[in-house]
Amino acid sequence: MIPHHWNGYIVILISFVITLLLAVYPLPMGLRWWRPEFVLLVAIYWISVFPLTISIFFLCFLGIYQDLLEGVPLGQHGLSLVIVSYICILSYQRVRNFAVWKEAGWVFVLVGLAQLPGNWVQSMSGRPLSGILFLAPAVTSALIWPVLRWMLDKITRHYRVV
Amino acid sequence: MVALILVGLYTPWLKQIRQQLNFLTVPFYQVTDIPRRVGEWGSGALTSEKDIRAENERLKIELLIYQRKQQQMAALAAENVRLRQLLNGKDMLQDRVLIAELIGVSPNPLSHIVVINRGSKEGVYEGQPVLDAFGLMGQIIEVDETTSRVLLISDSTHAIPVQVNRNGVRAIAEGTGDLNRLSLRHVSINADIREGDVLVSSGLGERFPVGYPVAEVEQVVRNSGQAFARVIARPMARLDRSRHVLLVFDTHMQTGDHVQSSSSSSSSSEAGKP
Repeated sequence: MIPHHWNGYIVILISFVITLLLAVYPLPMGLRWWRPEFVLLVAIYWISVFPLTISIFFLCFLGIYQDLLEGVPLGQHGLSLVIVSYICILSYQRVRNFAVWKEAGWVFVLVGLAQLPGNWVQSMSGRPLSGILFLAPAVTSALIWPVLRWMLDKITRHYRVV
Repeated sequence: MVALILVGLYTPWLKQIRQQLNFLTVPFYQVTDIPRRVGEWGSGALTSEKDIRAENERLKIELLIYQRKQQQMAALAAENVRLRQLLNGKDMLQDRVLIAELIGVSPNPLSHIVVINRGSKEGVYEGQPVLDAFGLMGQIIEVDETTSRVLLISDSTHAIPVQVNRNGVRAIAEGTGDLNRLSLRHVSINADIREGDVLVSSGLGERFPVGYPVAEVEQVVRNSGQAFARVIARPMARLDRSRHVLLVFDTHMQTGDHVQSSSSSSSSSEAGKP
């Protein structure tokens, strides 16, 4: 059987595969703006729980793979994942003490921050966006954060991820 | 990471790698397609006989109507060929088509790209025009073994040469990033374009075949202070609703197109631009 200490890695990998599926699940054209950034959310969760287990390089490759999947310029998601994970690593000790709604607010800031480089890359490739619509994923991400957190907490406990 | 983005955006070096790695993405699109397939199976297997009979009746009547039109069409096509021979023109060949199904939509909300379930195995090539039952939808920009990506005409990096069906005025229709709007570029202020005009592809870019409906002019704003009129058109194809699309194999330009797409290093989506 699989050694017990691999449990964590397997659970983390599976969670990322599921988020990638959610990231490409077809939505109607008008609703695409409101898709939460699942990959980023789960990355934020795992980093704040295991800041020493998740490597930046892993997130780098994850981001590039997501770019490949979504057909956007390579590195767009990689860049935002790396930026956000760096901020997370700097701040996880404080954020762990936040209440859930406060955490959701922090997630809103992080996802909004991640949207910025993504939008720069998109406007460089000829699809400029004006307006505040780019914050839509940050809103839905913050709204879904409490649920996601609760689910991931349960999973972590159930599989004794260490 | 920043270097990677810049290299990817401004040089063609990463295009090859991307093409090679695209097979990694196929399983994801197949998995996300499962709910739709289950739904389709359900609606196919769980409808009542009465409904199917009614639908069958309806389809028979529709078929009759189209057959009548087809009869007329045969006569007209023959006449067209004769007239073209009189004019020493090239005769138009019937285009070969392949039916494909939509299996994914690009998650990037800024781009209008969809994924279809045909690839290089079926002979799909880059730059190939894609239609639905109502008009032109877009063109292929990335080909994989079993899937390919279609850039829709409403994407803001897409442009297509068109002409007004009524009088042959030529123009270029650009995507605006809005599914229901194309804008015509550089239409002079006294050009004869009216609301309700049908725009068909003009075939001038050597990419799209001639004569497929593209859009209908919705609004023409002529401001005498400006050199160009502002023309807004609504795409005929149901860009966000069509499930089945047609891929056209154009016998005239297939060979030329291969050369074009391999020699032009920039993104193929700009091939339609002037």
